[in-house]
Amino acid sequence: MKPDMKEKQAHRGRTARPASPGSWLARGFVASARGLALSAEMIAQCLFTVVVLCVATLAMLGVGLYLLPGTLLGARRLASLSRRRASAWEGTGIPAPYRPRPREGSRWQWLITDPATWRDLLWLLLNPTFGWLLTLMPGALITWGLFGVVMPAVWKPILDAHSNNWYAMIHVINPATAWLCVPLGAAFMLAGVAVAPLMLRSHGRLAHFMLAPAQRAELAERVEYLTATRSDLADTRAAEIRRIERDLHDGAQARLVAMGMTLSAAERALKNSPEAAMALLVEARHNSVKALADLRDLIRGIYPPVLADRGLSEAVRALAMDSPLNVEVVNALHGRADAAVESAAYFAVSELLANVIKHAHAQHVSIDLRYQHGSLRIDVTDDGQGGANPSQGTGLHGIERRLAAFDGILAVGSPLGGPTMVSMELPCVLSSPKTSSC
Amino acid sequence: MRIVIAEDLFLLREGLIRLLREYGFEVVAAVDNGPDLVPTVVRLRPDLAIVDVRLPPTFTDEGLRAALEARRQVPGLPILILSQYVEQIYARELLADGTGGIGYLLKDRVFDGDQFADAVQRVAAGGTAMDPEVIARLLARSTNDGPAGKLSRREREVLKLMAEGRSNAAIAQQLFVSERAIAKHNTAIFAKLDLAPSDDDNRRVLAVLTYLGC
Repeated sequence: MKPDMKEKQAHRGRTARPASPGSWLARGFVASARGLALSAEMIAQCLFTVVVLCVATLAMLGVGLYLLPGTLLGARRLASLSRRRASAWEGTGIPAPYRPRPREGSRWQWLITDPATWRDLLWLLLNPTFGWLLTLMPGALITWGLFGVVMPAVWKPILDAHSNNWYAMIHVINPATAWLCVPLGAAFMLAGVAVAPLMLRSHGRLAHFMLAPAQRAELAERVEYLTATRSDLADTRAAEIRRIERDLHDGAQARLVAMGMTLSAAERALKNSPEAAMALLVEARHNSVKALADLRDLIRGIYPPVLADRGLSEAVRALAMDSPLNVEVVNALHGRADAAVESAAYFAVSELLANVIKHAHAQHVSIDLRYQHGSLRIDVTDDGQGGANPSQGTGLHGIERRLAAFDGILAVGSPLGGPTMVSMELPCVLSSPKTSSC
Repeated sequence: MRIVIAEDLFLLREGLIRLLREYGFEVVAAVDNGPDLVPTVVRLRPDLAIVDVRLPPTFTDEGLRAALEARRQVPGLPILILSQYVEQIYARELLADGTGGIGYLLKDRVFDGDQFADAVQRVAAGGTAMDPEVIARLLARSTNDGPAGKLSRREREVLKLMAEGRSNAAIAQQLFVSERAIAKHNTAIFAKLDLAPSDDDNRRVLAVLTYLGC
């Protein structure tokens, strides 16, 4: 999802061609103004680099060690500001490259061992030394051009004060040469306006090169994520298999044993008391019905038949029909996802509905299914009391963890007083819809 | 009565044929997959087709789709769907054309031969036989504030049996009351659910099911 976003924004930057000379000018001026603002920021970065150097020197003496984490975090802030500017102004989204803070170990160690910290510092050093060439040039060109344009008005006092006045290659000594500066100045201004967006984008690219996660860091992050979700998945699977084993053992299996015993009792009773045998046979039949009901419930919990038959949208509709709440399903899905993804999505919706019934005191629930940007998206909205918090309840957190195994995410918006909206996103591929005769 | 069966599991198919013969029905053909069902009923024009929902080749709802297709080609063909599980969504599709002659039962119901034979008779005669589990889930849904919320407990019992497709006489027998008492309950139920009373058992059932959102 991240590279996708990056691409989209870069794309936007490239294709936004000026619609009219007016907007072309405006864009140029805005870009050069932003360049100036970025240049101003560089002053702060410059000063901060000095601070970092001082703290580093102190650290060598020992006392600076206490200041180091705070300083490095300050560097992160400045670098993050550059990242935000890059995505807002320079058409380049830059994801944060930092490693998550481990549960154990000191803050100091975490910061020092993250290569992103060192890249931040390098950025703070390089940006004020080289970056300003890109950000300041359009503003400088425009200002220099402006000076040329107003030359007829100012050449005299300047010549009087300095006895020498050059504008580019024009030696300004009389009104004629001063007027010659006007078109040249205008050309400078236009050039400044023209190159401003390009310069800003180039600076953005430089920032991206320096501040985006290095490929190795990205891979490391991915490995960490996969390791965590894999162990979650293994835990969940093991717990599910234990539950299935227990259900079979206490349910269908026990009933079949009872049935066998009842049948053998009926066999013995048949000779002496056909009536008693009859009663036992009826009991055995009842047991078989109950065993089947147990198995049906179990199967529904493993992989609901309607999901296998008809796919996610119909299975969710079936869930909605069985719910005591008034559930509306809006389906914009055409085609089917992988069985594993469908199953994860189905049980997530099923659990969310159960949550709504248990906690939300809602009357109406709406479930929205669609496929967007390579992801299956499901929104479950209820008109209940709100206040759901995934970090507190184990239910939402469990769903989140199970979705994570498919790179899925879950977002909860639940203000006190409602309404609650839970959005899920599961990256997947949809196959073409099966042709159905009904 | 001439019956066609579509069931892929040998043991269940043979058991079903044996049971039906015991009750005096004639099984004229038994197929083991979905695609064979339609030409068979077109050729034989049976009085009833008993179809398992899950059939080869897809092992999904092949049987249900084949049954609906068969009904399109042989209009009014009574169909009894058997399944290991029941879904309201399927019940709704089966009842969609509103002409009756539809049964939808769990396979477990076959264990009670008398009741199963009764359902077979009823569906073949153009009535309906909905599995109690479908009805129970339907009614559970409308307990709180749905239309059925206005009914008394007794009325809900009557409604449940009515929705399964039982006649007044059968309901009276099951609840150990007189047929007149059932008729009185019916009037109350129809009034509370804003349904136009009708003499026709089948239309009555369909009206109830439609009203309850099936």
